Amino acid sequence: MGYPHPPHALETPVLSTHFGEAAARTFDGWVKRGGYEGLKKALGMTPEQIFEEVKASGLRGRGGAGFGTGLKWSFMPKEDGKPHYLVCNADESEPGTFKDREIMRWTPHALLEGCAIGCLGIRAETCYIFIRGEYTEPLRILQAALAEAYANGALGANAFGSGRRVDIIIHRGAGAYICGEETALMNALEGRRGNPRIKPPFPAQAGLFAMPTTINNVETLAAVPHIIARGAAWYAGLCKSSPKSTGTKLFSVCGHVMKPGVYEVTMGTPMRDLIFGIAGGMKPGRTLKAVIPGGSSVPILTAGEIEDLPLDYEGIQARGSLLGSGGVIVMDDTTDMVYQIWRLARFYAHESCAQCTQCREGTSWTTRILERILKGEGRPDDLDLLLDLADNMTGKTICVLSDSCATPIVSGIKKFRSEFDAYLNKTRAPVLAGAGA
Amino acid sequence: MSAPVSSPPALLNVTIDGIQVQVPPGTSIIEAAKQAGTLVPHYCYHPSLPSPAVCRMCLVEVEKFPKLVPACVTTVAEGQVVHTQSASAKKAREGVLEFLLINHPLDCPICDQAGECELQDYVFQEGRAGTRYANEAKRYNPAEDFGPDIMYVGNRCILCTRCVRFMDHVAGEKVLNVSERGDRAYIGIDASKQLDHPWAGNVVDLCPVGSLISKDFLHKARAWDLDRTASVCPGCSQGCNISIDTRDDTVVRFRPRANLEVNRHFICDTGRAGYRFLNRGDRLEAPMVRSDAGQLVVADWDVALAAASAVLRSATGSAVIIASGRASAEALGHVQRLTSHLATSAVIQVPMGIEAPLEGIPNLALRAERAPNGRGAEMLGYGTDVDAAIDRAAQASVVILLDADLDADQEARLAGLGGALLVIATVPPEGLRDAVVMLPTTTMAEEQGVYVNRDGRAQRYSQAKAAPALARPAWWIAAEIAGCGDDDADVPADASDAFRMLPEFGGLRHADLGWVGRVVAG
Repeated sequence: MGYPHPPHALETPVLSTHFGEAAARTFDGWVKRGGYEGLKKALGMTPEQIFEEVKASGLRGRGGAGFGTGLKWSFMPKEDGKPHYLVCNADESEPGTFKDREIMRWTPHALLEGCAIGCLGIRAETCYIFIRGEYTEPLRILQAALAEAYANGALGANAFGSGRRVDIIIHRGAGAYICGEETALMNALEGRRGNPRIKPPFPAQAGLFAMPTTINNVETLAAVPHIIARGAAWYAGLCKSSPKSTGTKLFSVCGHVMKPGVYEVTMGTPMRDLIFGIAGGMKPGRTLKAVIPGGSSVPILTAGEIEDLPLDYEGIQARGSLLGSGGVIVMDDTTDMVYQIWRLARFYAHESCAQCTQCREGTSWTTRILERILKGEGRPDDLDLLLDLADNMTGKTICVLSDSCATPIVSGIKKFRSEFDAYLNKTRAPVLAGAGA
Repeated sequence: MSAPVSSPPALLNVTIDGIQVQVPPGTSIIEAAKQAGTLVPHYCYHPSLPSPAVCRMCLVEVEKFPKLVPACVTTVAEGQVVHTQSASAKKAREGVLEFLLINHPLDCPICDQAGECELQDYVFQEGRAGTRYANEAKRYNPAEDFGPDIMYVGNRCILCTRCVRFMDHVAGEKVLNVSERGDRAYIGIDASKQLDHPWAGNVVDLCPVGSLISKDFLHKARAWDLDRTASVCPGCSQGCNISIDTRDDTVVRFRPRANLEVNRHFICDTGRAGYRFLNRGDRLEAPMVRSDAGQLVVADWDVALAAASAVLRSATGSAVIIASGRASAEALGHVQRLTSHLATSAVIQVPMGIEAPLEGIPNLALRAERAPNGRGAEMLGYGTDVDAAIDRAAQASVVILLDADLDADQEARLAGLGGALLVIATVPPEGLRDAVVMLPTTTMAEEQGVYVNRDGRAQRYSQAKAAPALARPAWWIAAEIAGCGDDDADVPADASDAFRMLPEFGGLRHADLGWVGRVVAG
């Protein structure tokens, strides 16, 4: 259900079924809507049964990487005598992405239930939810739900009387984008500076507090109770195209559409349906120019490239971009691509953690070059310079923030070169005040 | 009979730039490359610090790997083929150098690090010839005072974080940090603290550029004007290996010299600051002999040696030797032989101070015993009770002072005794003008010699500067006195020979000690 809009016929509400219903936020209200059935069932299952069920459902990470969730859980060591941790990544900071926010605002118990099942699936007793610092309302709602879940015995030393311990701790981030990167997030949880770690070791070997750790996105975990309660086969059956992309996916649609919002569709639904059907299409008289399909870090697609594009991992990858987080940024023909790319680059320059040289210096240098182009002070070889710097920034750093800055620059120059040229050959007036202005 | 089954060699075969090497499992590519004769350019990596792989300078190509890998944290695997000079690796490193330079000032002409700067070196080696960052503003951070001897010049910083990691993981005092993000980042310091840890000075050596600099060394010398001499720190009984850096025969600094068995790559600030005595101007420069008129007058060596020899030959009964704790094994051994016909009480001075361990390195500390050769002296039979020796001096027929640094009270107790006073000194002792002879000797920087550290490790040090005027090593003075008038005397040809002649050290020569020393006592 595309809160704040009424449900659209092309949507498949699973996670979003109760968006907009304040009563669903309460423990009783959630139980009345069939909540916690998945957890109760999981309490009677072995970890192997749980992650095999999740594997069979085909659920893949909804945070951006799209790694198989059940497979990830199965990587956790068996009887190693160490405490295991589940970490829920609720540091949703990718520009254009705001789906997790709605899950936490409307169905906080779905997330708590998913976290609890995740703990059981990876032999953990503790889950940390790392929530973005700016998410004050979702934090308040989630905290209230957590207190209620404990009060009703769903969590704690004896979850639902099962004799098994499941604890959930909410940790509020301090507002750094990089803490959404899983290893930086773990550093931040440990009280360190939020710098990404070198892999290996991978979190399943040595993660939070150097213990075996699994880290999952909010949407991923919120889908798990449905899979356990209704069965993997049901979830796997929600598939319109590639059999490797199953279930439903929340898309946060923003930009130049009539009805920006969070919408849930079955994997494989055509992107045109999402933009022109569900989200109401362009404003009158405007035409679609470009779409960033999976949050700001993925390559930009042109209007032509989204024709017949199914919304699934494989389909978008085949067009040279990524499903990513499902943050769909829609741009119409009035958009200044150079300006938009500069805005993105400036964001990454601001958020670079400063560890790796290419990222620390490259993000801000490319931003300055784009800035001078927008000031009408661009130099003839600036685009070649940008592409070469982007190459030096790609695939060479600890995490992918550097790549994320380079990606829209490269795809932007490749696909919208004439707009850059217009600034360079002065056929377009500067939009930023230059030194001489 | 079957031959004993030998386990397969636990070494991995790796090919680096076409050269095959064998290294133990767990070796990083960067260390394996050193064995293959290749230094992979790097900034954040340091063998005595944990590796964060942040500078991304040591990216190399490994066959069958999809991406370039940082050589500092990637461990080798059997059969691996590494290319440090492939086109992609070189472009990546050139890219890093370019990124490092865009915010780096071009103030090499006034930067202390110039000439020993890793940024300068690698840019010359493989950086771009020209800049693509012309006519643009660079980031500006004001220089900051970090502590008693350390300045932080933020503009030059390349954020390799060696300093932060040294303080966090080696010194164990979390006083430095990376503040801010992106290209606004800089090295911050805990606002309530100073960088005054007893080992903090190492951050200056660790800094690959001229960002962390020593105020003491500031603008004293250009790196290329320095002569560097392998030596051993005379500050305490730890025996840290150092380089004595001199300019125009003046010592301008001590720097650590790597010895993984003793001090890894570090020295303490007390040792670092301890070079100044080597530059004293008030030196004894010529031998002096008591004249018939009772005055100490300048004499040439033959006269002075004969005078000393005459005193010793006629002496009977007992003798006392009081030596500096900085005296070499050779000096102590050969001076002691001068009184072998007398009942001798020999002591060295061991000043005491505060012990300051370096937390992250086992068995490394500024030791309370501030004498570099205490163990060597002990092996030669020297004691350490100086006051008891001074008491015994009252009955002695001969008292020899070997560069002992006595206070006024001690000098007063030694003055006017019945026995003969022989002084071998770098600086004339003011209160002991009644000496029979006063013989000028060298400091540890002006001679070659051996110190034995507290763990029984004998380590040689080399001559770093010229001795003033007629000053001679004490072992030479003692051997010449002993051989006076005896053409068949076994006089050592050099310091190594002097060391070989001491049976306490098993007949070893200096070369036998190598450059990391050799354990000669348990």
